[in-house]
Amino acid sequence: MSLALETRGLCKSFGALTVAANIDFKLEAGARHALIGPNGAGKTTFVNLLTGRLAPSSGSILLAGEDVTGLTQSGRVKRGLGRTFQINTLFGNMSVLDNVALGVAERLGCAGRLWKPASAFAAVREEALRLLAMLGIAEEADGTVQGLPYGKQRLVEIAIALGLRPRVLLLDEPAAGVPSLESGRILEALDSLPREIAILIIEHDMDLVFRFAKRITVLVQGEVLCEGTPDQIANDVRVRQVYLGEQHV
Amino acid sequence: MEAFLASLVSVAFHGIAYGMILYVISVGLSITMGLMGFTNLAHGVFAMAGGYILIVSLSRFGLPFPLALALAFVLVAAASVVLERLLYSRLYGAAELEQVLFTIGLIFMSVAVARLIFGTLQLPVVLPDYLKGQLSLFGRDFPAYRVFLIVFSATMIAALWFGIERTLWGAMVRAAVDNRAMAQSIGINTRRLFTVTFAIGSGLAGLGGALGADIVAIQPTYPFEQLVYFLIVVAVGGLGSLRGPFIAALLIGITDTACKYWLPEFGAFFIYVATIALLLWRPAGLLGKRA
Amino acid sequence: MKHAVGYNADARLRWTEWLPWVAALAVFFLLPDYLSLGARVLTYILFALSLDLILGYVGIITLGHAAFFGLGAYVTGILSAKLGLTDPMMQMLVSALAAGLLGLATGAVILRTHGLTQLMLTLAIAALCLEIANKATPLTGGADGLSGVVIAPILGLFKFDLYGKTAYLWCLGVLFVSWWLVRRLIYSPFGASLAGIRENSIRMHAIGAPVYARQLLVYTLSATLAGVAGALLTQTSQFVGLNVLGFEPSGELLVMLILGGVGRLYGAFVGPLVFLVAQDYLAKQFPEYWYFGIGLLLVIVVLFARGGILGISDAVIARLRGMA
Repeated sequence: MSLALETRGLCKSFGALTVAANIDFKLEAGARHALIGPNGAGKTTFVNLLTGRLAPSSGSILLAGEDVTGLTQSGRVKRGLGRTFQINTLFGNMSVLDNVALGVAERLGCAGRLWKPASAFAAVREEALRLLAMLGIAEEADGTVQGLPYGKQRLVEIAIALGLRPRVLLLDEPAAGVPSLESGRILEALDSLPREIAILIIEHDMDLVFRFAKRITVLVQGEVLCEGTPDQIANDVRVRQVYLGEQHV
Repeated sequence: MEAFLASLVSVAFHGIAYGMILYVISVGLSITMGLMGFTNLAHGVFAMAGGYILIVSLSRFGLPFPLALALAFVLVAAASVVLERLLYSRLYGAAELEQVLFTIGLIFMSVAVARLIFGTLQLPVVLPDYLKGQLSLFGRDFPAYRVFLIVFSATMIAALWFGIERTLWGAMVRAAVDNRAMAQSIGINTRRLFTVTFAIGSGLAGLGGALGADIVAIQPTYPFEQLVYFLIVVAVGGLGSLRGPFIAALLIGITDTACKYWLPEFGAFFIYVATIALLLWRPAGLLGKRA
Repeated sequence: MKHAVGYNADARLRWTEWLPWVAALAVFFLLPDYLSLGARVLTYILFALSLDLILGYVGIITLGHAAFFGLGAYVTGILSAKLGLTDPMMQMLVSALAAGLLGLATGAVILRTHGLTQLMLTLAIAALCLEIANKATPLTGGADGLSGVVIAPILGLFKFDLYGKTAYLWCLGVLFVSWWLVRRLIYSPFGASLAGIRENSIRMHAIGAPVYARQLLVYTLSATLAGVAGALLTQTSQFVGLNVLGFEPSGELLVMLILGGVGRLYGAFVGPLVFLVAQDYLAKQFPEYWYFGIGLLLVIVVLFARGGILGISDAVIARLRGMA
């Protein structure tokens, strides 16, 4: 199976502080992969390195075999890398529909059109509605994002990323801040995502992780501790130590 | 050659005098912008006010020069406290556009008031006799007032730097410039700190305006015309820094004087070009902490 | 009525949007003594519209927008008085081109900076233009300004008459075309992406939008329109002086726009109208009190009425609807 995303020896330091140390990471097409680790392990930093918000100190990043280490954020987006943010980064005063439509328009290449009214681009609008429907929030299309409950806003966050038809999707704590009543909806949404997309989620909610992921990578202080299937990780002594401290036998 | 050397010294001397004045006026702006994050374009108003206070004290009330200078500092500082408590403080944390608009409004108001009270012409400063005339130093003659200006400004600047670096107040200012939220959480009363610092910065502006009335004429359009220079000093020197604006002010003072002397057809052209070039090279300024 | 942009917005003209043009034509027929003031209002509406593009839609605070206005004004003046080029359409074209080029060059630089540096640069560029105009006396007339500006009849047919009729209609026509262009832009996908950039530029980067390129395009367009407005001013007053450049006219324009309401198409219409008409009545009699009044108004608007006149009318309309 071809690799949708790969990093080789990825490193990042801020002076004496190393936040990513020699990370070798492989994500296969169609993967359902989770990245876990204690707070401060460098998970969001890793995502920022992958998307291009941060430039690495050394190492390389490959998207579908192509080296994208030097590419800008928008360059990587165009090559199929999408992400959601840990904290909702939405267009608060704009409608839910527009939030998604902006991304769809970028992908379809018509976002820079100057003359025809936006409302005449039916393809964009319909695609946006389709994505909202897939996540179960189509009825909210006309309201502003600010008016939505937090859980539904998280779903808009995912819808925007999907609008880019990514081949790789990075979800940064999709359930973060979502009250437990609504988190079931997040899981449903994740399950309904297209099979072909390779998905990497960063999460603290272990319930979500173990129900969703087929493979898990554990990151500790910027280094990969171990990687494997959920069962392997659940039974790994080192992982227990990291999360729970030394165990008395 | 002798003549060229003489004009070189003269340009340097006058440039330094101008630069010192620019610094005394602008340092308050650098600190308050760095400390409070407040874009106060009306800073020139305080300088102008100081200048007018000096002129009025000397010519209408016949006060001695030192007292007039002191009044320029004290009255402007006091007025700034009132303004800060009543108006400025409402806009801390407001969007930059609002701060900009607000301070532009203040400029308009003060320019109008100045015109109403003093008319549109430049008002001359009547210097006391002991500051007039020439002073002979190192075999050359220098205007006594400018010598006084340099010495006095240097003293004020030294006092300010001492204050920022050695006193408790200064430490609090430095902490809050570095990280406002942190400073608040360790118990620094930022409200009072802002007011005191704003008063000192504005008072200094008034003092600088008064001192420099000889070099930069006091007229109602002062805040408009000089704003560029104050902002250049702060932006090029680096927001929130003390030393950066000093270097910037001296550079500008000397360059401006040199250009006006040797290339008067170009006026301030080179200053602006140099500023633009420098800011492109170093967006955070020479010694700035933030971009 | 804050119009919503975007993919669901109704881009058709509402009947209320015809009112400004009807009113402008009414002024032409009913108030022939006020046509020169009217032409001035129309010119400044265009100038304010150009500023709104940068300020309201891209979100950049500029203290030096008069640089483009002044450049357009001086180019037309120089073309006419020094080079003998008197065709108004050609003058406008060259002015627009010059201002657009300056906008492109300065925008490329300014858009890469932010905060104080950005603000400073906008002011420095305008100060630079003012200094050049002040010193290049053979070309610009220096402090005395450039008179002897001659404008040939438009299309060879419509002479600029003494009553200002041609001038007024010329301004109206230019404004109409510009407004039409801007309106299309705002409702287009490009306009929607501008709204996105203003709302959350981090997000826009993350969806692969070429943020910098789009901002640069708008900045250049804005500079071009300002240059066209400047050309109009010279053409209708047959004079250009230093007062079109610098911080003061930029500041006054900001006041006009804030008065009307930033970030909405018609704020640029209301603000200059109210400002210039009031100025015409009040400033002649009490110039200093007028100036004081604008400053006070600005302070009050910022502290209490941030949406400008249209913002207040929105609030009033919302109240009325709530009561109905």
